[in-house]
Amino acid sequence: MSPALETLAVSAVLLPLFAGLAAFVIPRAARLVGVGTAVLLPIDAALLAIRVADRGVEARIEIGGWPAPLGIGLSIDGLTALMLLTTALASSGALVYGSRYFARTQRFAAFMPLALLLVTGLNVLFLSADLFNLYVALEIVGLSAVGLVALAEGADALRGAMRYLLVTFLASLLYLLGVALLYHMTGALDLAAVAAMLRGARVEWIALGAMTAAMLMKSALFPLHFWLPPAHSSAPVPVSALLSAVVVKASLYVLLRLWLDVMPADRRLFGDALAALGAIAVVWGSIQALRQDQLKHLVAYSTAAQVGYLFVPFALDSPVAVSGWQGAAYLVLSHALAKSAMFLSVGNVQAFGGDRISQLDRVVQRLPLTMGAFALAGVTVAGLPPSGGFIAKWLMLEALIGERRWWLAAVVVVGGLLAAIYVFRVVGPAFTKGVLARPPRRVPGTMEWIAFALSVAAIALGFTAVPLLELLDVGAPFAAFEAGAERR
Amino acid sequence: MSMDALYPFAGVALIVLGLEALIRHEHLMRKILALNITGSGVFLVIGAGARPAPDGSADPVAQALIITGIVVAIAATALALALMVRVADETGRAEIDAPRPGEDESSPGSADP
Repeated sequence: MSPALETLAVSAVLLPLFAGLAAFVIPRAARLVGVGTAVLLPIDAALLAIRVADRGVEARIEIGGWPAPLGIGLSIDGLTALMLLTTALASSGALVYGSRYFARTQRFAAFMPLALLLVTGLNVLFLSADLFNLYVALEIVGLSAVGLVALAEGADALRGAMRYLLVTFLASLLYLLGVALLYHMTGALDLAAVAAMLRGARVEWIALGAMTAAMLMKSALFPLHFWLPPAHSSAPVPVSALLSAVVVKASLYVLLRLWLDVMPADRRLFGDALAALGAIAVVWGSIQALRQDQLKHLVAYSTAAQVGYLFVPFALDSPVAVSGWQGAAYLVLSHALAKSAMFLSVGNVQAFGGDRISQLDRVVQRLPLTMGAFALAGVTVAGLPPSGGFIAKWLMLEALIGERRWWLAAVVVVGGLLAAIYVFRVVGPAFTKGVLARPPRRVPGTMEWIAFALSVAAIALGFTAVPLLELLDVGAPFAAFEAGAERR
Repeated sequence: MSMDALYPFAGVALIVLGLEALIRHEHLMRKILALNITGSGVFLVIGAGARPAPDGSADPVAQALIITGIVVAIAATALALALMVRVADETGRAEIDAPRPGEDESSPGSADP
């Protein structure tokens, strides 16, 4: 266990944690601390990723030197490194944008600490190898996310935050129930230890069912999606970016780890059900996005649709499943960057003077960077080449067709088409005259450039597939699916 | 039914009662209380599933789980109550209307200014 890797992993948690605390205790330093973290965290995540790729095998850290079952273990494989990278990139964009967005309001003093604590919670979650650590991380993420949503003024945001809190609290309790039952059956909390001791008893199925339901609620998978559009569309824009980019994926990550490490062998029906829900989410979310006039609502429904894609690979149950899951992981990264870019560019348009499609008054001429960002992000969301989204969808389609899942493959393709339609619904009117809600105001340059940079990064992911997929392979996180074919 | 079976059954009963109340009542205070009851049910199940050490002393891991759960529930409840007060201040009612089937708050044209 090389010290450098351990240091990098632990810094990924301690840096945003101390930064958040500092931002809270010394409000004057909040901006410096936030931007500093935004610069340092991606460097830390990138170094970690390089280390992990070099090392080639999964790494385990025992906190304080205490081994399981008493101690808490962290584990780092390719998937963890990728998720840490995603969080770092998306959050650094949101942090810098937020430092400008809230600059002249009182909310700034609350945004930085909450956002930094959210990032801390996310990093803890991705590093955890222990059921209870995951619970604590889920709570940190959930509560700070609720606080962030409530930062926006107005009844809509408060109601959205309240609903989100109720849902997330209930989901956490269900997850805890699952942990309790698994602990009772196996006497362990460490993921690897629990996996070794499961016997397929009915209680274990119930526990996993409860935990799955909990994660579905937190990820807003259809039909448990009802809290997402109000919360994501009424939250302040950098908050929406963080929520859509990473927070909804965090619970999917937990579910994936449970499935890969802990699930019993015969899970075909369960997997098909999840994939079906995912497919419905893709179609339903995209259609709802098409119907929206308000920009933020459109982007929020787009998130609900994209989350659906991430559940489709659950239906796969053979060696090609690995490439399906690689596609999903790649989609997580691409979507995080693209969706952040989308929300941030919508935020720019709002700051400029309108928040509905009908109010896009020649925005292309007046905010070219912003509309460019939105369009490029749209390319990724629709899955057009060359972009990260294209690579992701290609991998998923390859796997689906390899297993002859024609309906699911068709949904993936149709989803891309629908996404292109709703992106054009925004980009088209941006060229024409509209009626602004209020006189146009200047949009700070930082805000425009951050949105643009994120969208370019999403496109750039279309060219970096090979090294990232190699990184993802470290520790063979999806190996359980390869074994699935032999077990049947 | 032995005394030992009482705890898990009571825990599950509390969880179900809490869920039912959460769904049925509209007022936020009741929803928050319902979630707390569900939480207590979960903690009871944790305790019921505890595995005592061979020498008869209590299970420290289960205790740690319950204590952490209680602390988290307190924090979440505090946040929920604060939000409820703010919602009541802004809208005059401490209720968030559940979307009716087939309609949700973000259908076109329905957004608040």
